[in-house]
Amino acid sequence: MNQEKIVFLIAILLFCAFSLFLNGFTSAGNLLTLVRGVSTLGILGVGMAILIIGRGIDLAIVAIYAMSVGWTLHLANGGISVPLAMLIGYLFALSAGVVNGVLIAYVEVPALFATLGMASFVYGFARYALVPLYVVYMPESASGIAWIGSGFAFGVPVPILLFALVSLLGFAFLRFTKPGRFIYAMGDNFAAARMSGAPVRPMIILQYAISATIAYLAGLVTATAVASMNTNIASSSMIYDVILVVVLGGIGLSGGRGGVRNVVVGTLLIGILLNGMTIMDIQYTLQDVIRSLVLLIAIVIDSIVNPRDEQTAQQGDI
Amino acid sequence: MIADLITRLRYRYFPDHMVGEVLGKRWMDNTIPVLLLVAILSYFVATIPNFVSYGNLSDTSRQIGEFGLIVIGMTIVMLGGGIDLSVGSTFALANITALALFNLAQWPTPAVIAGTMGVGALVGLINGLLIGYLRLRAFLTTLVMLTLVRAVVTLLLQMYQVDIAASFVESDSWEFIGTGSVLGLPFSVVVLIVVAVSAHIVMSRLRVGWRIMAVGGSRRSAYNAGIPVRFTVCMTYVVSGLLTGCAGALYASRLSGAGPDTGLGLELAVVTAALLGGNSIGGGHGSVAKALMGAIIVSLLTNGLVRLGLGNGSSQMAVGIVLLLAISINVRWSKWRHKIQSKVYMSPAYLALPPDPDIDPNSPSPYAMNDRLHDVEVIGLGEVDGPEDVILDADDNIYCSVRQGDIVRFLAPDYRRREVYVHVGGRPLGMAIDKDESLVVCIAGMGLYRVDKGRNIRKLTAETNRSRLSVIDDSRMRLADDLDIAPDGKIYFSEATIRYGIEEWVADALEGRGNGRLIRYDPATDTTRTIKRGLLFANGMCIAHDSKSVLFAETWGCRISRYWLEGPKQGTTEIVLEGLPGYPDNINRGSRGTYWVALAGTRTPSYDLAMTMPAFRRRMARRVASVEWLFPNVNVGCLVRFDATGRVLESLWDSAGENHPTITSMREHRGYLYIGGVTNNRVGRIKLPDADPEWTGPASYWAKRP
Repeated sequence: MNQEKIVFLIAILLFCAFSLFLNGFTSAGNLLTLVRGVSTLGILGVGMAILIIGRGIDLAIVAIYAMSVGWTLHLANGGISVPLAMLIGYLFALSAGVVNGVLIAYVEVPALFATLGMASFVYGFARYALVPLYVVYMPESASGIAWIGSGFAFGVPVPILLFALVSLLGFAFLRFTKPGRFIYAMGDNFAAARMSGAPVRPMIILQYAISATIAYLAGLVTATAVASMNTNIASSSMIYDVILVVVLGGIGLSGGRGGVRNVVVGTLLIGILLNGMTIMDIQYTLQDVIRSLVLLIAIVIDSIVNPRDEQTAQQGDI
Repeated sequence: MIADLITRLRYRYFPDHMVGEVLGKRWMDNTIPVLLLVAILSYFVATIPNFVSYGNLSDTSRQIGEFGLIVIGMTIVMLGGGIDLSVGSTFALANITALALFNLAQWPTPAVIAGTMGVGALVGLINGLLIGYLRLRAFLTTLVMLTLVRAVVTLLLQMYQVDIAASFVESDSWEFIGTGSVLGLPFSVVVLIVVAVSAHIVMSRLRVGWRIMAVGGSRRSAYNAGIPVRFTVCMTYVVSGLLTGCAGALYASRLSGAGPDTGLGLELAVVTAALLGGNSIGGGHGSVAKALMGAIIVSLLTNGLVRLGLGNGSSQMAVGIVLLLAISINVRWSKWRHKIQSKVYMSPAYLALPPDPDIDPNSPSPYAMNDRLHDVEVIGLGEVDGPEDVILDADDNIYCSVRQGDIVRFLAPDYRRREVYVHVGGRPLGMAIDKDESLVVCIAGMGLYRVDKGRNIRKLTAETNRSRLSVIDDSRMRLADDLDIAPDGKIYFSEATIRYGIEEWVADALEGRGNGRLIRYDPATDTTRTIKRGLLFANGMCIAHDSKSVLFAETWGCRISRYWLEGPKQGTTEIVLEGLPGYPDNINRGSRGTYWVALAGTRTPSYDLAMTMPAFRRRMARRVASVEWLFPNVNVGCLVRFDATGRVLESLWDSAGENHPTITSMREHRGYLYIGGVTNNRVGRIKLPDADPEWTGPASYWAKRP
């Protein structure tokens, strides 16, 4: 009985309970809304999972997600062609990710602090120099990419399909490629991975580049779904939700174990919880409290299921 | 000649050795933040009009007061190896609590403050229980607390914000806390000063603070040392919550308003300040002073940015970039500093020795090599490990100081029976017997100790007065080497070097700088004073037969000098014997008014030449592994007998080094000479044909005195 199974069980119980007691919960429309509502979170979760499995973390993922796409829309509004604006926005996201990677891999700044500082910097810099408005609306010219967030394919919303695609790619990357196996090795025992010849420093940069790419993709999904990007979300509690789906799904923060399946399970539980609370009309702030408590419980369970190993726990491993 | 003179002057007056010593100072952590502070301040003073005006300063300092309290709390948590990201939300919670208690519940001011601090401590306690006792990860746990408490604050705001804004309560004491000042200082700054001073005392002087540092330095070792780790960790979070609560109350009394953005992003600024001051991320390294400095830098920075009017996002940008810079510098600097220090700490000096005397066996020189030690009789072969010094008591027993930290005794008359006389620890070196027949020992790494007849060990001294111009703290003794006792009971002893431990003596040899000193311990007043500094590996000590002077050997200087204790030349030093063919170690009295000195090894032309080439030795020390370094020859040594005027009477050699390879000490006793060696495994004994057969050391010192 590991954490993934526990969480999955709770999700099923919650699902059954909501189906019984909440009107319209089981309708096909609501279920699609449920999954679609958390697909952005799930996509970001896959990026975060790739990092956490390698014993890293990216607290800048939400800032990159909001500010890079915000800048893309702002540039498109300013008359630049959409593909070019997307390229520039993506390069901004990628460079933030690569700088994170360099700081962590070569300067040896702990990942927590590097990405925390980077989150503040990306938000502050974009707000100061690139994106003057809090809410950037999607321009007419960008209607060609609106299908990403609001389109349907085979009767299923595209965001859900994208979530599935990213999960599949993430799964294949982690399971079948050499870099994927290196990530597990680094998360399990960084020093051993390094000594046995894994190119750990380039790998760290690759990881943060992947997470920045995924953040940009998730940002596009959000922006095209609601035809705007609210850049204020960068300083919201969304980053904790991303960590929540990963930790909740059973990926230990000590790294080296777990997979994309855990992210899917964690995302489903959060989706059901949020959807149910919204139907029950629970106030948004109270939902925040409940989510925080759920995360707290998840961390406690995580530390009980995956106790910290005194042998490998390093100095400054906070 | 000119080139030689330039080299000589350059190495005499240019203080190379200080670079490494300065790098080793703890305040080097802060150098870069301090430079940053100066740069930022100069920029602001130059560009912002009225930046240093009274109005702005007092306004800024009020904010520094509140901010500084939280930074001190964060620093204490970080010193204990954790981090507290919940401070921003706790601050907001404390703010609204204070306002609610004051405006709605209408509590008196002290109760409001106590209540607010209690709420802060409660949040800290939850953190502490989760992190300390349940052993969760500090970063994520406090991150979750950040959102949780923030959500609670938002709920409370929805419930009470309007009521708080509507009510109006007057209180002079509340007003004073918010806007009053004491002796021209804003109240919050006074609070900060009081808290900072007490926190500094607690962290650096009291057991609680040491425990926090120990837990932060190594949780596991602290646990093994019996420190209540979980409780200590828990307490650091409670203190952080308490101080944050206090800051929240001060803020509430100053602004009397609660909004959704109170304390938003504060945790980032606080972490930035704590790190920028030079506190380490991993814990165990840092101080309250560093926290204060970081707090001042970050406050001035954000204040200056607001004054510059850069607009939206600029302060987040600045905090982000400063945080990234601060940690990058912190991480790299601490790594590089040790690398640089290990490369530059050893700094050779110029040392030209007088010419090497002739030791050819056929020469008429008194140092001419012979084989008189070849037939030395061996005592306790393989039973002692490195008897640096040997000494005999009035009952003819032999004592020797061995590497395991013991003093081993061979019992008279046949010296077949061996016992560990006493275990003193450290690396005992020179020994002497005082008037009460107690053994006084110099112990490397520990200082000067006394072992009485009942085998009780007592520390006499381990510290001397610190020299005024020394960069490294030289008050604590590192390598006490040899001693002798004057008739008035004062103990004169040598410390070979103040820069190295005993395991690194070869580095001191390569330096060839006067790092040694002569120290006097006066048992009557229990005082220790340094009487002579700058000696080249001060080693053997011997009170002259007439007790008016003390002879001491400078090993790398290959000379023996005399320090006058009384008489017209009192307090001065003169050279007695120089240009020895080897490195003098212990000196002891012999019969018929003579003295014995052990040469631990012979000089070689290559080493003598290298000592006049500091740049060569420096290059060697940096580029070559230490096992490959040029080494003073310590394979062949000898014993030399000289008289009070410095005339060499005879020398005893074992040129093949077969029977007694290393020699560092010798004692004459009843017509025999007993020999010790610091890396030898035996004590040697040889009959002296022309010595006084009745003469003994203890009698020479203590028996004949009227």
